[in-house]
Formats: sequence, C-alpha cells, structure tokens
Amino acid sequence: MRAFAELLDRLSLTSSRNAKLTMVRDYLAATPDPDRGWALAALTGELSFDAVKPAFIRKAVEARMDAQLFAWSYDYVGDLAEAVSLVWPGRPGANREPALSEVIDGLQSATRAEAQGRIEGWLDALPQARERWALLKLVTGGLRVGLSSRLAKQATADVGGVDAAEIEELWHALHPPYEDLFAWLEGRSQKPSSANPARFRPAMLAQAIDEAVDFAKLDPADYAAEWKWDGIRVQAAHEGGVRRLYTRTGDDISRTFPDILDALDDEGVLDGELLVIRDGKVASFADLQQRLNRKAVDAKLMAAYPAAIRAYDLLQEGDEDTRTLPFAGRRQRLEAFVARQASPRIDLSPMQPFDSWEALAALRANPPAGDPQVAEGVMLKRLDSIYEAGRPKGPWFKWKRDPFLVDAVLMYAQRGHGKRSSFYSDYTFGVWTQDALGQRSLTPVGKAYFGFTDEELKRIDKFVRDNTIERFGPVRSVRALPHEGLVFEVAFEGLQRSTRHKSGVAMRFPRIHRIRWDKPPGEADELAALERMLAAMEGR
Amino acid sequence: MIRPQDLLCPRPEGLYCAPGDFYIDPVRPVDRAVITHGHADHARAGHGAVLATPETLAIMAERYGVDFAGATEAGAYGQAVRRDDVEVTLVPAGHVLGSAQAVVRWKGLTMVVSGDYKRRRDPTCPAFEPVPCDVFITEATFGLPVFRHPDAADEVARLLRSVAQFPERSHMVGAYALGKAQRIIRLLREAGWDRTIYVHGALERLNALYERTGIDLGPMAPATTGSKADFAGQIVIAPPSALQDRWSRRFPDPVGAFASGWMQIRARARQRGVELPLVISDHADWDELTATVDELRPGELWITHGREEALARWAELQGIPARALALVGYEDEGDD
Repeated sequence: MRAFAELLDRLSLTSSRNAKLTMVRDYLAATPDPDRGWALAALTGELSFDAVKPAFIRKAVEARMDAQLFAWSYDYVGDLAEAVSLVWPGRPGANREPALSEVIDGLQSATRAEAQGRIEGWLDALPQARERWALLKLVTGGLRVGLSSRLAKQATADVGGVDAAEIEELWHALHPPYEDLFAWLEGRSQKPSSANPARFRPAMLAQAIDEAVDFAKLDPADYAAEWKWDGIRVQAAHEGGVRRLYTRTGDDISRTFPDILDALDDEGVLDGELLVIRDGKVASFADLQQRLNRKAVDAKLMAAYPAAIRAYDLLQEGDEDTRTLPFAGRRQRLEAFVARQASPRIDLSPMQPFDSWEALAALRANPPAGDPQVAEGVMLKRLDSIYEAGRPKGPWFKWKRDPFLVDAVLMYAQRGHGKRSSFYSDYTFGVWTQDALGQRSLTPVGKAYFGFTDEELKRIDKFVRDNTIERFGPVRSVRALPHEGLVFEVAFEGLQRSTRHKSGVAMRFPRIHRIRWDKPPGEADELAALERMLAAMEGR
Repeated sequence: MIRPQDLLCPRPEGLYCAPGDFYIDPVRPVDRAVITHGHADHARAGHGAVLATPETLAIMAERYGVDFAGATEAGAYGQAVRRDDVEVTLVPAGHVLGSAQAVVRWKGLTMVVSGDYKRRRDPTCPAFEPVPCDVFITEATFGLPVFRHPDAADEVARLLRSVAQFPERSHMVGAYALGKAQRIIRLLREAGWDRTIYVHGALERLNALYERTGIDLGPMAPATTGSKADFAGQIVIAPPSALQDRWSRRFPDPVGAFASGWMQIRARARQRGVELPLVISDHADWDELTATVDELRPGELWITHGREEALARWAELQGIPARALALVGYEDEGDD
C-alpha cells in the first residue's frame, strides 16, 4: 500500500505528462504481481468501489475523537477523505499493514457491512496519513489524481517497450490484475489473446497537413476528401452478439449511448463521429456535451438530444477483418453496411468530390450549404491506404478550417505549473465594450496558455512583471489602457453562447496566434465583433 | 496568594515579567528582553539588553550586526540567571540551534515559556527538556489534530527516491534559512547523500555559523555558478520564496520540493505549485503538543500563538485549565 499511496500522492501534485509516465512506469516495473495489476485497474478506472459513503467515514472518525476537534480539522482541510486520513488516531502494531491486493480482495469478498469493518481495521493498521488517504480514495470511488486511462496504458506499454496501440487492442480482453499482460511485457510468456467479441480496435489517426510542403508532393487523384465533423471520434462494435461503443482511446461508453447501439443491427465494427443529429442535421457540440459523461440516460434525454454516428470507416464486417483492405474497398462496403441498418442513428459521412487542391481549398473556405458549414475542415484519405493503428505519416491528413482571429487585450496573468511555475504563462484577455454613455471598458472573453515560443514567454513574463497593477495570490492584473498594454491576436475554433461568462460568449480552443507588441490596446476588437461572428455561425 | 499573572502577563510588546522587568520575545524594542531563539519574529533588533543562549546571540549578531542590542548576556543551557527577584533559566527547546525554553521562577512559582519547540530528534540542536512547572506556556503553530508530521528520515528518503527517478532534473528544496535548511542538509548526509549540495546565497552565512559551532554540513557550493546541465540530478536548497522566483530558471526542469509542516495539507502544496511536499517541521505537531502537556501535567496551560482553540479544548477535556493569550506578531513557519 505504501508504494501505491506514494504514487497517487505524487501524481496528484504533478502536472507534467512525462513525469507522470515515468512515475507510473517505474511503479509498475518495481511492484510485484498482483499489486501492480490492481493498481493499474484502479488507475484506468476499471475498478471502482463505492464501498462506503462519506457519512460512514465521518461517523467512524467521530467515534474515535472529539467531534468538535474533528469539525475544526475538517473545516481547515476542506476535504473529508484528506481530513480523516490526517486525524485518524493510529494504532501502530494493531494489525499488519495490508497490501493493496489484500484490500481489493477484502472489498470484493465482503458485504457492505463487512467492508466497513474491514476499512476501519485497515485505517487503524496503516501507519502513514498518505496511505490512509490512498485507501479512502480507493474505497470511495474515483481516484481523481489527474491521470487519464490512456496515459496509464502508455506507461504500461513503456514497461515492455511495446506500442500503446497493442495494449489498447488487448485491453478489453484482459482482466485485473493483468498477470498475463505483465508476463508478456516482461518477456516471460506469449502475448495474451485479444480474441474477445466486440473488443476495441486501436484507431487510425490523421496527420495535420502542412500546406506549404505537402500539397506539392501529393497527387489529388490518389485521395478522397470528406468533411471533418465536430463531434467525438468513436468506434461501434457488434460482434458475437455483444455490442460496445468506445472512445478513440478505447474507453467503453456503451452505457451512455444505448440508442445508437440498438440501431446497429448487423455484426461489424464502425469508425465514425459521434454527433447529435436532429432531422438529419448536425446540432452544436454543446448539445453533444449534454449526452457525454453520464452514467445513465433516460428516454427523455435521448429524445431531446438524439445521438448518432456519422460513419466513415468499416473495420470489421461479420467475421471478416476489413482493416487490410484499401480505403476505396472499405468505403464501398461501408456504404452498403450503413444502408442496411436503415436508421437515422447511423448515417454516412459523405465524400466530397474535387479535382484539384485549389478546388478543395475553395470548398474548404466556402463549404456548400448544410452540415459542411459547421465542419471543422476536411479530411484527406489515400484511396489505397489500409487501416493502420496510430498516426502513420502520409495516408491520412486533416486540413482544419482556418481559425477565427480576434485582437484582444491582456488583462490578467497567472503563474503556470510545473516547468512554468516561475513564469506568468496563463493569460486572460478581453475585448472592448461600450456602456450607454459611450464609456469603453474591457470585458474578459477567454484564457489561453499556449501558442507562443519559450522566448516569447520570457518577454511576456517580463511585461507582466513590469506592468502589474494588483496581485491576487498567483494572479496579477496587468495594465490595460487604450495606449498602454499588450495585444494578443487570439485564434479560436468557434464561439458558443455562455451564461457563465460575463461577456456572454465562450471560445473553443483559444490560443495565442501572434503577439502584437506594436498595436495600441485601444485598437483591439470590440465585443460586437465577436457577437457578429457568433450570429454568422448560428445563421447558417 | 501568588497568582501566575503577577509573574507573567501578555502585553502588546509580548509576554511581560513585572517582578523581573523584562519581556520574553518582544515584537517591538524594549529595555530588557529574554529571547528564546533566533527566528526573526522572536528575535528582533534594537532592545536595550538581551539575555539569550550564546548560539542565539551569535545568530542575532550574524543577522543584525554585532550592535543589535545595547547589552547582551549569554545564558548557557541550565544556568540560572537573576533578573531582580526572578530567576531565569534557559533550557533546550529542540527547535533550532540555540533555541531555549525560558524557565521563570519567583517565590516558589515556576512558569515555563516554551518558545517554539519540537520533541523529535534534530541533528543540529539538543533535544527538548521537559521541566515540571505550575504553568506551561506553549506555542500551538500546529495545534490541530490534522498536523501529524511523519518521520523526517522517511521524508528525506522520498526526496532521494525522486532524485533517482528523475536524474535529468534538479530538485529544489525550499527550506527556512535558519534551522530547517541545516537540518535538511544533515538529514541528507545521514541518509548517505555525500555529493555537493548547492545552496542559495541567503543560506550561506547561517550555514557557515552552524559549521563554526561544530555541525558538519559536508560539501556545499553556491547555486549561482555553472551551466544548467551541471545541476541535473543535484539537490539545491533555497528559501521557500525562491521556488517560484525567476531565480529557479537557472536549473533544469526543477522539481519543486518544500520542507514544512504546512505541506501536510495538499491544498497548501498545490497552491504553491509544490510537486514534492516534504512534511518536515521544526515545530511540535499535534501529537507532540498533547504528549508534552500530558507529560508535564501543569496546573494551567497558556497558549501563546498558533491554533489555540483546538489545543485549549483538548486540555479542558483532559481537565487542565487552558487559556489562549493570542499574542500577535509571531509568524507561521515558512509562511514567508
């Protein structure tokens, strides 16, 4: 338990992706079976206990100490699991410290009442607050230490020096504590079988096209084009009577979208975009968000936000793995497959014919009427490309729409994390508004923390320090007057109406595009300019 | 009938002893002062006369210059000194080099002012000596049951594990310049770290003073020379404020560590951007505070500063009358 607790503790305070990978990889490499497998299951969200409720923990601690002293402690710490882990009166030597696997076994084999008794016993036996904290995180469900299951799988792959896609393809055929997986990663046995009905197939990803270089080398006749949809990439599998829906990293989201899986009559595996589609028309991403991250859905929600898959590839048809067929062949089969399902919940991402790169560029700049108007850009797929896991260079490209641009004024700067903790690297920027008397003031419209080079960061950091008006903890407000201040050209992918933002608009994916050292803040954009963009987006 | 408040009572300047006409750790200049230890909030410059341990006097001279007070008197540990009708004895408090409790005796009444203290082993100063007394006047910086400091050696072991895990990065340990920094260095030496430890300029004079008193800190070098790559895999000790300062940019992708009792609370670590909190404190934690009161069983417990209400409640529950003095002007550890 000690090593696992130390891992969780460090993960929760580390922001660097590479550092997290190192920590998880080292833990998995150094920890014996079965503890490491149970830890991996907990980190990937495969194991989730809600063995006890907060009220039980509170009662248990109040039986051991003065309630008033606990109330002050909880009030000071602010987090129940943490407060309890700190104040729990240790009974050193009361019992042997449990290993992680003993805790898991103990919880799996216990009734709720038994589990509670065991948890109290373990809290007594664990000598360190950090370990008690880890135990409480584990038994109350959800570790929330800032580690995605994808990153945990990457770290697992690193243990054996294999590709993460291999782990992803195997993943749904494996069961905690994954002893067969680690045996293979350490070269002690054969690769475990992935023959598991409706398993996840690792996704093929596209490279971003480099307009200046790539088009000169590519022949338009070798490629098919289609629109890049603004939803989330999913894989729908129906095999051996089992139906599953996965995200592009292999997280199982079947329970959230039963409506889609019901529509998948034939056996096969589809690759496509998850969207909300009403009367054949794509709804906004905000609508899709109403359906995501829900454990359970009801008929009302499904009717209000009808989800669908816009399919663009077929990885399996019946018993046949189609991934080795060329794209053109897969596409023909896909069209027939989608037609057979005959459901508005599964439609086809149409091809966009074109005869030259110039013609495609014109289409991308001015998409035809209908759904292409809200597309994020276009996708290019080589007609002869097989379906290959990962992000191979050449067969598939994404060519995103040019971002929207706005000139905004730096208003607040916040210290970054990790490597950037000595820099003011997170910027809140605003645009001008006018009140009834014509008085102009800045209203914040977004926050960005990338898009600049290290050299530029140093220069902005110096600007922030030299132009600070007020400090609030890690945040500084920065001088922003019509003739003094700093203007950013901010790029973003779209706008949404928002009641949570004072300006009434929220940007999608904003980043610093250019730093306008030369531009007086008074000449930055007005909120009205953003409102016009929003109206144009909505009025398609 | 002699009442404790006739011997010691709180005043805006600090705890005042009327029959001896002196203050203990006054926060503003007074004629006569007894100073428990060298931290800036307890030991200020400009008093008429100062009684303190020789080590504390040396620390004050190092920080403020030799003329920091009109007159000084060195009181060695255990040696009784008279101030008018009152006898004052300085006894080890285990907080930092030279730190003392002030044992004040008058007409058969014994009151002990703990100053700041801890009960754990510290390789840089003698251990706290419990003195039976009628009134124990304690600090309560960590006077809440959530503060329970782990073994400092385990914390240093965590630091060394991280150094081994990230050999391409440097580890920057924020530590208070007086006491904590030297204790961390000694703990690292005890754990077998015999490489050069790089130190911030603000630590150099106190490090030299510790070494002059016979505490061997091993090979050290200023953290200001050398290229970025030279600091990969190295340990750098600096005042806590330097962690997020531009000063830290000279090091390769530094792992920010901070050695403080406050690091027990995750939100505190997160707030300061600390990646590796080291729960190492020179103050008594909750268990030490309560064990000390339990051991001494004083007739009354007075609490000078910190989280008084929880400790006062605990004492009342044990049947020991407690009183919070709410002295102002003493800072929390490491909150600089």
